[in-house]
Amino acid sequence: MAETIPVGHAPEHAHEHHEPGFVAKYLWSTDHKMIAMQYLFTGSAMALLGGFFAYVFRSQLAFPGMSVPGFGLVSPNEYNALITNHGAIMIFWFAMPVLIAAFGNFLIPLMIGADDMAFPKINRLSYQIFLLSVLVLFVSFFVEGGAFGGAWTMYPPLSATAEYNQTPLGTTLFVTAVALEFVAFLMGGINFVVTAMNSRAPGMRMYDIPIVVWMIVLASIIFMASVGPLVAGAVMLLFDHNLGTAFFDPKRGGDPVLWQHLFWFFGHPEVYVVLLPAVGIVAEIITVFARKKLFAYKTVLYTAFGTGVLSFTVWAHHQFIAGIDPRMANVFTITTLLISVPVAEMMFVYIATLYGGSITLETPMLWALSFIATFLIGGVTGIFLGASGTDIYLHDTYFVLAHFHYTFVPIAVIGTFAGVTFWFPKMFGRMLDDRLGKIHFWGTVIPFNLIFIPLFVLGVAGEHRRIWDFTQFPELSAPWMRDLDKLATLSLWVMLSFQIVFLVNFFWSLRRGPKAPKNPWASNTLEWTADSPPPHGNWKELPTVYRGPYEYSVPGREQDYWPQNVPN
Amino acid sequence: MSSARPIATTRSAAGMPTGRLAVWWVIASEIVIFGGIIASYVMYRLAHDAFAESAAHTATWIGATNTFILLTSSLFAVLGHKAAEHGDGPKAARMLHLTALGGLCFLLLKSYEWTMEITHGFTITASTFWSFYYTAAGLHALHVAVGILIMLIVAQTAKRNLELHRVELIGLYWHFVDIVWIFLFPLLYIAK
Ligand code: HEM
Ligand SMILES: [Cu+2]
Repeated sequence: MAETIPVGHAPEHAHEHHEPGFVAKYLWSTDHKMIAMQYLFTGSAMALLGGFFAYVFRSQLAFPGMSVPGFGLVSPNEYNALITNHGAIMIFWFAMPVLIAAFGNFLIPLMIGADDMAFPKINRLSYQIFLLSVLVLFVSFFVEGGAFGGAWTMYPPLSATAEYNQTPLGTTLFVTAVALEFVAFLMGGINFVVTAMNSRAPGMRMYDIPIVVWMIVLASIIFMASVGPLVAGAVMLLFDHNLGTAFFDPKRGGDPVLWQHLFWFFGHPEVYVVLLPAVGIVAEIITVFARKKLFAYKTVLYTAFGTGVLSFTVWAHHQFIAGIDPRMANVFTITTLLISVPVAEMMFVYIATLYGGSITLETPMLWALSFIATFLIGGVTGIFLGASGTDIYLHDTYFVLAHFHYTFVPIAVIGTFAGVTFWFPKMFGRMLDDRLGKIHFWGTVIPFNLIFIPLFVLGVAGEHRRIWDFTQFPELSAPWMRDLDKLATLSLWVMLSFQIVFLVNFFWSLRRGPKAPKNPWASNTLEWTADSPPPHGNWKELPTVYRGPYEYSVPGREQDYWPQNVPN
Repeated sequence: MSSARPIATTRSAAGMPTGRLAVWWVIASEIVIFGGIIASYVMYRLAHDAFAESAAHTATWIGATNTFILLTSSLFAVLGHKAAEHGDGPKAARMLHLTALGGLCFLLLKSYEWTMEITHGFTITASTFWSFYYTAAGLHALHVAVGILIMLIVAQTAKRNLELHRVELIGLYWHFVDIVWIFLFPLLYIAK
C-alpha cells in the first residue's frame, strides 16, 4: 500500500503538471477521496459562477440602465438567461455536487470504516458524466440564439413550443445537461446506498452509523425515487421541442400542467435531497462542539425518513394558481403544513442537544448554529406559502424568492462552509485559520440577512419575480422600495467580496497552515482515526466498531470522548 | 494498491452480495422512470377518448408475438443463471446468447412494425397517442438494446468461467425489461 500518496492534494501539487502519472493520480483516480475533491472543486467553481450571475442581475435590478462592471448592459433576454442559469447552477451544479457527491464520497467510506466505495470505477464514471454535463451547459451559453431563459423550472410552452421559444439550441442543450447530471447522480447515488448498506466495518450496527452518512443515503434514495418521472418528462420535453410531438401543447391535445406535476414531483423532494446532507453535517458538528450526545439519534433518523416520505405528497403546492381543483389545493395545503412538523422537530433536537453542553465557538460551530437560526426563518415563512389562501397572493413574488433563499442558502452555502471548515484538516492535513474563518463567517451571514429581509418586504409590497426592470412600473418605484432594492444589492456585493477572505484562507492554509493532528476536534467518528489526509485505502488496518458515534462526556471516563473504534 | 479490488466491494453487511444489491437499486430507479411515463399515459388515456380510436390502429398480433418472444428469452436467462450456479460457464454463455437472440428478434419485429405504421401515416406527431406509443416503446426498446449489449459482454467472460455471478445480474435486469413490456403491451395495444 502506497501510504504516502497525499490523496486530495491536487492544488498543492499543481506545479507538478509534467510529472508522469498526473492524469492517473488526479484525473483518472478511482479513490473516493480524490473524486470527492473533484466534486468539491467543480461544484465550488460553479457556485462562484452562479454567484457572479446573481451579482450581475441584482446590479441590473438596483441600478437599471447601468453597465454592470464585468458584464455590461443586461438586456431582458440576458436577464432571463442569467436567472435561469443562476438557479439551475446553484441547485444542480453546486448544491448537489458539493453536499451529496463531495461529502458523500469523502465521508461515507471513511465514516463506515471501508477502504473505498463499493464500485470505484462507476464512481469515477459518474463524476465524468457530471463533468460532461457541465461542459454541455457551458456550450449552451454560446450557441446561436443564446442560453436558455425559461427559468430553472423549464415550464412549457416557453421551453417546448417553437413559437414562444427563441433559444432553440440553448434549450436543447440545457435540458440535455440537466438529464446528464441526473444520470451521473443516479449512478453515484446507487453507489452510495449500496456502499453504506454493505461495506460497513465489522461491529457497526444500523444505529452506529453517523447521522450524516444516513442523511446522505436517505437523500440519495429520495433523489432516486423522485427523479424518474422528471427523466421521462425531460424526454417528452425534448421530443416536443425537437420532433414536434405535443405532450405539453394544449392546442394539440397536450397539457402544460402535466409538466408541472412531473417537475414538482421531483422539485419539491429535491429540496430535501439537499437539505438532509446539510442537516447531517450540522448534527456531526454540534455534538462535537457541545461535547454532548445527540439528543435523540433515532428520532432524527425517523423524522428524516418521515420527511422524505412526506416530501412526495406536497408537490402541488407549487400549482395553487395553475388551475388545480381547489379541493386538491386543500389536501396539498394540509400535507405541506404537516411537513414542517418533522423538520422543525429536527431543529429542536439540535437545540436540545446544545442545551447544557460545553459549547466552544469555533468556526465550524458558528456555521452550524447559524444554519439552525436561518433555516428556521426559511421554515416559518414557508407556512405562508404552503397555505393556498396566502400563496395565491404571494405566489411568484420576491417573498417566495426570499423564502426559498432562506432555505437554500443555509443548506447550500452555510452547510458547505460548516462541512468544509470542519473536515478541512482531514481532507488536506492542515488547519484553517480560525480568525480569518470568523471574519469570513460574519462577512457572509450579516449581509446575507440584509439581502433577503428587504426582499421579503418588497415581495409583500408586490414586487414580482422574473422582472427585468422594476422602474418601468410606477407602483413599484416608490423611493423606499428603490432604497430597499439597493440595500439588497449592495449587501450582495459585500457578501461576495467576503468570499475572497475564504479563498485566501483556504488556499493559504492548504500550503502553509499548521499541520493537522489526526483528530483535532477530539471527535468519535472513524474518519478521525485515519491519517490526515488519509492514504489510498484509508487505513493500514481497517477499523472495527464497538459503539455509536456520539458518546461524548460519558460519566466515569477520563476523556470526554470515546471513539467508535476503541474497545471497551 | 489501486488495481486490487477494495475490501468495500466484497463486504456484505446487509447479507446480500453487493452486485445484486446494486442491480435491485438500478431496477428501483428504472421503475420510477417508466412509472412516470406510464402514469402520464394513463392520465391522458382517461381524459381523451380519442386515444381508443388511435390505439385501434396498432398491430396487436405483432405486440402479442413480441410478448411471446420476450418471455421466451427470459426463460433462457433463467437457464443461463442455473448453468452459472452449477459452474458451467460455457453453457451459461450459450443460454445468454439465446436470450440476446430473443432480444434481437424483438427489435427486428419492432422495426418492421414501426416502418409499417410510419408508412401508414402514424408518425410520432400524428396524435398524442402516437407520441406516447413511440416514446414509451422506444424507451423500452432502448433498454432491450442496451441489455443485449451487456448480455454479450457477460457471455464473453462467462464462456471462460469468469465472473459467473454476473449472469444472474444481467438476468435480473432482463426480467425487469420484460416486465415493463408486460405493462406496455396491454396499455398500448389492448386498451382500445
Ligand atoms: C446569496 C446570493 C444569492 C442571491 C443574491 C440570489 C438572488 C436571486 C434572485 C434575485 C433570483 C431571481 C430573480 C427573479 O426571479 O427575477 C434568484 C433565483 C433563484 N435562486 Fe438565487 N440568489 C443567491 C444564491 C442562491 C443559492 C445559494 C441558491 C441555491 C442553492 C439559489 C437558488 C435560486 C433558484 C432556484 C432561483 C430560481 C431561478 C428561476 O426562477 O429560474 N440562489 N436568486
Ligand atoms: Cu415545494
